Formats: sequence, C-alpha cells, structure tokens
Amino acid sequence: MEALTSRLEALLADNSIFTLQTLGYYGEGLVTTVQLVFLSLVIGLVAAVPLAIGRGSRHRWISLPIFLYCYVFRGTPLLVQLYLIYYGVVFVEGIQDTWLWVILEKPFVPALIAFTLNTAAYTTEIFRGAIKATARGEIEAARAYGMSDRLMLRRIVLPSAFRRALPAYGNEVIFMLHASAIASVVTIMDLTGAARFVYARFYAPFDAFLFVAAIYLCLTFAILYFFRWLERRLLAHLKPAGG
Amino acid sequence: MAETPIPLEVRNITKRFGDTEVLKGLSLEAHKGDVITLIGASGSGKSTFLRCMNLLEQPDEGDLIVHGETIRFKETKHGREPADWKQVVRMRARLSMVFQNFNLWAHMTLLENIIEAPVHVLGKPKKEAIEHARALLERVGLTERADAYPAQMSGGQQQRGAIARALAMDPEVMLFDEPTSALDPELVGDVLKVMRDLADEGRTMILVTHEMAFARDVSSQVIYLHQGVIEESGPPEAVFDNPRSERLKQFLAPKH
Repeated sequence: MEALTSRLEALLADNSIFTLQTLGYYGEGLVTTVQLVFLSLVIGLVAAVPLAIGRGSRHRWISLPIFLYCYVFRGTPLLVQLYLIYYGVVFVEGIQDTWLWVILEKPFVPALIAFTLNTAAYTTEIFRGAIKATARGEIEAARAYGMSDRLMLRRIVLPSAFRRALPAYGNEVIFMLHASAIASVVTIMDLTGAARFVYARFYAPFDAFLFVAAIYLCLTFAILYFFRWLERRLLAHLKPAGG
Repeated sequence: MAETPIPLEVRNITKRFGDTEVLKGLSLEAHKGDVITLIGASGSGKSTFLRCMNLLEQPDEGDLIVHGETIRFKETKHGREPADWKQVVRMRARLSMVFQNFNLWAHMTLLENIIEAPVHVLGKPKKEAIEHARALLERVGLTERADAYPAQMSGGQQQRGAIARALAMDPEVMLFDEPTSALDPELVGDVLKVMRDLADEGRTMILVTHEMAFARDVSSQVIYLHQGVIEESGPPEAVFDNPRSERLKQFLAPKH
C-alpha cells in the first residue's frame, strides 16, 4: 500500500489538478454514485414487480392509481421531482420536530427517494409491457394444464416477461446512472459533484469533467457487459436452432 | 350404473359470442377408449366445442360432467362462470389439451415443459416426473431434444413434445385441437403416427381435425358439426361412406 501510494505520488508529481486529494474526492464521489444508483435500482425493481402486476389488474381502483403514479413520474423531469422532495419536505408542518427530519435533513435520502420513485415508475411500465406481450397460447396452455392464476403468474408469465424485459431494463439502468448526475445539485458529492468541486477549485472544466466522463463511460461499459452476459444466459431460448 | 364413472360427459352446451350463437345445444359422451372426431367446415363451432370441454371458453348453458363430477356454475354480471375454480383446476388436470400452435412454454426446455404441470399442479416428486418425461420423450421419438428450447425445434417436434407434455399428466381424456393444421405437410405424418399409437393403446381422445383419412382410421365415433349443430354422428364407416345429410355429402365431396 505504501509503495503504491508513493508510486502514485511520483506519477502525479507535475500535475497540479489531479493530486491524491482530488482523486480522493472522485473516489468518494464514485462510491456515493454507485450507492445511490444501486440502492434506488434495487428498491425500484422490487417495487415495480407488484406494481406492474397491479397495473394490469381488472379492478380500476388498483390499476388507476398505479397508472397515475407512473404517468406523473414519467411525465415530469427527475430534477423537478428531486427539488420537490428535497426542498419541499421542509415546508411540511412540524416535520422538523419528528425523527424523520434526522433522515431528510441530509440530501442523500431525499435523492434516494426521488430516484427510487422515478425508476420504479419506468420499470413498472417496462414490466407491464413485457407481461402484456406474453403469448396468448402459453397462457391458454397454462390454464388448460390446471394452473391457478397465481401459479401461472409465478411459473409462466413472470419468468418469460422478465426475460423479455431484460434489454429494456438494461437501458433503464444506464439511464439511471447518468440521471444520477443531477444529485449534485442538491449538494450531494457524487461523481459529478466531485467534478464540480474540482472545476470550481482549479477553474479547469476540461480536466475536471473529461475525467468524470471517462469514469461514467467505464461504469456504462461494465453495465452493458453485465446485461449482455445476462441476456446470453437467459435469452438462449429465443435463439433459433444452430444459434 | 357403470362401475367407473364416464370420463367426460357434455350435455346441451350452448355458447354465444355477442349476438351470434355458435354452439346450439351440443352433447357428447366419451367413454373409456373412445376416439371421437369432430369434423366440419371452419366456423362450424368444432374448436369452440372442444374448448368448452375444459372451460377455455365458458359455455352459456349446459352441463359438463368430468369423471362423474358435475362442474358447478354461477351467474355473474359478466355471464356464467364456474362457481369453484378449485374444481375447474381439478377437472382440467384430468383432461389434457394439445393445441394447433403447440403452445409450449418458450422459456423452458422441452423436458421442463413436460414436468412443469405434473410437478407444480399435481405435486408429483420432481425425480419421478423427470423419469416419466424421459420415457415419454422416447415414445414420441425426441430423446435427444430434451434440453432444446421450443424455438430450436421444428413444428413437428414441438407438437410431438406437446403430446408428451399432455401424456405426462396421465389424463383420462386427451383433447386435440387441429394438431396438424399448423404443420408443414411432410411433418404431419410423424404426429399422426404418435396419435395413432395412442388410439391403439386405448386412450380416450377427442379430436378436431381436417385429416379425414386419419379420422376414418382411428375414430370410434365421428361427429359432423354444421353451424353449431350436430348434423350427423355415428361410426366412421356410416358417416364417411353413407352420409345422410346433403351438407355432409357436400363437405366430404372431393374438392376440385
């Protein structure tokens, strides 16, 4: 570790911007970004499954609220949602006296809430489309073989819908990674936040932002490869013979 | 009283789609070992009739008696519906259906398709289900394709696989809905051969088909439907060689 640090110091010797200190900012920003995106995606994904099922319900009092939720969160900018949740909660009467304020005072949780609500809305729509596209014949076969609605959902509809949704969901993950850059406007030191800080300190926009762009690119590639690997494994059944 | 209940009895089924009455009081009795063939022009209601037998379509009137158990219905604002879905699930497990478009589950391998309902609907142990499935695959000549996905198989292979899936339920009655209509002509023979073996071993079968030569060979009873009515019915020799109704004569006449 010592050797590595000194090696790095030597490497950065004639560089006034990328010192160990600023690299540390970027490193912390990377951790924050990954945490924020990963947590919101996981929670959003878990919420989207029942929402997508409910969205297709015959009962209007189940499907209509979900439709409205998706419509509002897909129909407004994420930045506006973030502002409303971060700055808006302050004005809720008495909230500053409750335990909630301990969490909401800092920007991380409001940002996490905004991101989660946003990605859940998009993911719900992706899943709903995939569920709706289930082949009629496969549903009929499930019925004809004595499956209850529940069993059919669990064994036939969802497994095939998840596979169909995979490419679109991969896009949603990349979209969320890039959208997370706006977390920096509510003072979160994420990757973009770190870049803004370095830019402001050294007035070096190209250095600061090109470097962060490269990190985003690397993350995007990692996500792309992960989903390509998943698709190869899970979408094998769609490939025709000899594929 | 018979010692064992009749596998499937259908009494006076009617079915309307909107204002059109597609089935006008049809009845049928399938005893053990019967092979009943439904023939008729398209639009005669033969597929709808078959689909009413396992309630893929809900008949508006009439009774269904599966293995001596009468299916109970209730009136709702959407029309007549089964009163007890558990009962429907139980009766469907006694009948298995083979579809025109195979309808294998695309995200599962052939073997997984075959063990799916036995394991998850009938509650059979997985190991036992797999053994049974392998034996069935051998029967329909698909031993090597156990791990293939439906999209990787030809239509004929898919349909034979679908027949194996139906057999895995140990059904009392097998329903075939135009099983060869979606197949290339050169693939029809393999599927018919499998079906003929089933008929020969005494399986109770009800089938809708356009394969007249096959129907004549294997059927114990042939039913000719015309516009939702049983126009003529009887043993294949009588129906094919001495049709009484003018319409059936026309239907059977060689097309030029």
